[in-house]
Amino acid sequence: MMPVFDATLCGLILAVALAAVAGRDVFRAIVFFIVYGLMLAVAWVRLGALDVALAEAAISGGLTAGLFLVAYGRLAAVGAADEPAGLLNPPAALAGCGLSAALGWAWFALPQPDRPAPQLAEALPRSGVENPVTAVLLNFRAWDTLLESVVLLTALIGVLMLARVGAWPGRPGLAQHVRPGGVMAGFGRVLPPVGLLVGVYLVYVGAERPGGAFQGGTVIAAVGLVATLTGAFRPPAVDAPGWRAALVAGPLLFLLWGLAGAVIGNGFLTFPPTLAGAAILAIEAALAVSIAVTLAVLVLGAPEQAARE
Amino acid sequence: MTGLSLYALTGAGLTGLGLYGLIATRHLLRRVVAFNLLGSGVFLFLGAAAARGEGADPVPHALIITGIVVALSASALAVGLVVAQARLTGRATLPEEDTHGDDV
Repeated sequence: MMPVFDATLCGLILAVALAAVAGRDVFRAIVFFIVYGLMLAVAWVRLGALDVALAEAAISGGLTAGLFLVAYGRLAAVGAADEPAGLLNPPAALAGCGLSAALGWAWFALPQPDRPAPQLAEALPRSGVENPVTAVLLNFRAWDTLLESVVLLTALIGVLMLARVGAWPGRPGLAQHVRPGGVMAGFGRVLPPVGLLVGVYLVYVGAERPGGAFQGGTVIAAVGLVATLTGAFRPPAVDAPGWRAALVAGPLLFLLWGLAGAVIGNGFLTFPPTLAGAAILAIEAALAVSIAVTLAVLVLGAPEQAARE
Repeated sequence: MTGLSLYALTGAGLTGLGLYGLIATRHLLRRVVAFNLLGSGVFLFLGAAAARGEGADPVPHALIITGIVVALSASALAVGLVVAQARLTGRATLPEEDTHGDDV
């Protein structure tokens, strides 16, 4: 039964990806990409990577999809959404097949892994959390995660710099107009409270079970997007002081704890085992807020018109 | 083992498809989509490799989560640049690849 399921799933993933690359128009490519993200999340469950499945479903199936749809709408508004005729490009096909073949060959040439499990299982009780993925993200490889949160912030600065002259300081994204009492308006009131609960739960439970700041933060960002796109919430102008506090809270707290580790622990970003659990929970909560706000503004995009006071 | 090989080969196939799309499609938004396919193919390959042996290895999982988030932020910046380019020129293609050929 399961081999049939795996084979069907992999076949569908490849077919949907092919449709996203070679399908007829840009809008269809985006729709197929959304389906692709959700199917890939199922594949992650099959591979035993529940944390990754949550991140993939929330990010590829949710935020990236929203990002592309918002961009498609803006391109359509300037008449740039239609596509020049595409022909089969033999050199590109050769490059693609070559890369696939090389990776396929590499898979069968890979040596059996030297299991890291004993070291990890030994170190896990000292990490302060029970979920090994959270332990790796926020303790053993905290450097990666700290720099990742800075990458997010840098991308956001890049996106905001693309605001047009005269649109600064406005509200992020386009102003949304929704018919009062319509389906969208109702949707925007019903979904956010439930989504917010799921997001906060995912952040909190990340210490023990699949979840964490990135998965939960992404869900909270999606809640903010739904509320904004359905007109239930109007984001404040980008120069409001609350924005900056929310954006830097996570990286800043992370950095301060890292420095504290240099003073009271064994060096920068090392947490003493007795304090690690509380520290990770606090950092995850602050990171989730920063990630949620950063991702939501990344998807909404730079301000389109100056806020009228 | 065969199940994992299936996912690894799917990852390899996605990587190839993504590379093809990145080179062959001209509309820049489709190129960003293809870039995402390329990236997630690599993640799937890595994830299949992490699932070998007894129990999945959490270290690659953490790397993949980091990768997914970084891919989203790179996509957001890329999409922002595509929209800015389209507003300046009226087209979402690179000027040197423009097939309209009227005034560029």
